[in-house]
Amino acid sequence: MVIKHKNIFKTESAWSNADDLLLCLDTGSWRTERPVLDKEKCNYCGLCALFCPPQCMKDMGDHFLPDLAYCKGCGICAQECPRDAIAMVSEGEFADEG
Amino acid sequence: MKAKKGQVRVITGNAVAAYGAMVCRPEVVAIYPITPQSEIAEQLATFHAGGILDAEMVEVEGENSSMNVVCAASIAGARTFTASSSYGLVFMYDALQEASGFRAPVVMVNANRETPGIHAVSSGQQDMISARDTGWVQIIVENDQEILDQIIMAFRLAEDYDIQLPVMVNYDGFYLSYLAEAVEIPVIEDVDNFLEPLKHQPERQKLVPGVSMGCGTHGMEMGYVEARYKHCQALERVKNKVDEIDKEFGEYFGRSYGGQIEEYQTKDAEIVVLASGSAAGTVRTVVDAKRAEGVKVGMVKLRLFRPFPAERLIDALKGKKAVGVIDRSLCFGWKYGPICMELKTLAVNIGSIPILSYIDGLANLDVNVPHIERVIDEVNAAAQGKPYQEVTWIPMEE
Repeated sequence: MVIKHKNIFKTESAWSNADDLLLCLDTGSWRTERPVLDKEKCNYCGLCALFCPPQCMKDMGDHFLPDLAYCKGCGICAQECPRDAIAMVSEGEFADEG
Repeated sequence: MKAKKGQVRVITGNAVAAYGAMVCRPEVVAIYPITPQSEIAEQLATFHAGGILDAEMVEVEGENSSMNVVCAASIAGARTFTASSSYGLVFMYDALQEASGFRAPVVMVNANRETPGIHAVSSGQQDMISARDTGWVQIIVENDQEILDQIIMAFRLAEDYDIQLPVMVNYDGFYLSYLAEAVEIPVIEDVDNFLEPLKHQPERQKLVPGVSMGCGTHGMEMGYVEARYKHCQALERVKNKVDEIDKEFGEYFGRSYGGQIEEYQTKDAEIVVLASGSAAGTVRTVVDAKRAEGVKVGMVKLRLFRPFPAERLIDALKGKKAVGVIDRSLCFGWKYGPICMELKTLAVNIGSIPILSYIDGLANLDVNVPHIERVIDEVNAAAQGKPYQEVTWIPMEE
């Protein structure tokens, strides 16, 4: 058997850096609602980032913001936020942004 | 260099399994008790309470959790051990596949018992057979001493850098679980010596706090294909590694088991019985008796079930005139027993000889001497060109 495939993983198992390779699918296109943060309410507790299934909440230093290329709009961050600082807003509201 | 003489104790197969795990110094143990394996959990808890076993003992609410705990601990770098049987093994089915898919070198004991559907709390290999496509290495042992020795060898195999796969050591539940035999328990420092080569290998990838590495995720398209290809290649490497480790174990501890298969009186044999587990002991006795009557019969004991030891079996069976296979389980959707069905895939390499399938020893029914005599007589007749029955459920004809 002639292997033409160039290995993606250096390891035996599928190990990779979660900071980049984990976010390898453009799941942002699945979204119908997006999380919108009220920075005044946010106290930078990090629960939204902890609970985010695709781990796409970016640490901005004093608050977190979703990486919209990967955010599926599941709303878990908004559900978990103890200060109700995240609102889920219909994508239709952002239609003008293209 | 030879190992020192260990202490000889008369203990049950389950207690032996606990000793086997303990002397390998596992760091995380999570076992949910189930008949006929519960004594392993009890014994390891006793070792832990007495300060003999320095491990994290995780109390779990079910088998699915036990396998997930040891799998996660294993990818964090811990040496891990668990045990189960029947319904328990079925309940951890997804976690079994995660452990092998993550290439987590977990070692577990499975005390063979019949599976759900017909509530038979009794011995049989159906549970192990039902888990054959989970990507694990599966080894079947025959007696109490072999349980202990194989667990030590299993850690050496699982954690080998070239392998990195979980290993399941199977023994006949009820028969060996509760059978007390004289067993030599090695000195723990000698087990350390035997496992020492693992420390000199490259370090496998592990979860480290603060380092955001993920395992087993995002296997889309070629990521999936590559990981599965590597997994299958590693399983192929297991075969020779099992032979090498068995040989090294024999040189150091003075006991060896033939590696992937044990061949008994096969060199000049014309016919062979293929068996596994505790029944192999009885087959050996009957082979001796039949040899005394002039029948040129031998036995092959299947030790490695996954990966299937195709090359060793072809070597052992090539040129024989007929083979009888005793299966202690069923292959739903095939009329032959599972081991027989797999052996038949090698027919093109072995030669077109009669391969007779025998279903026996289900649900605690003994694979006894008259049964094996019958098998040998029928296989012998088939070897001489007489008509034969392809599949025989022995208890149904009694």
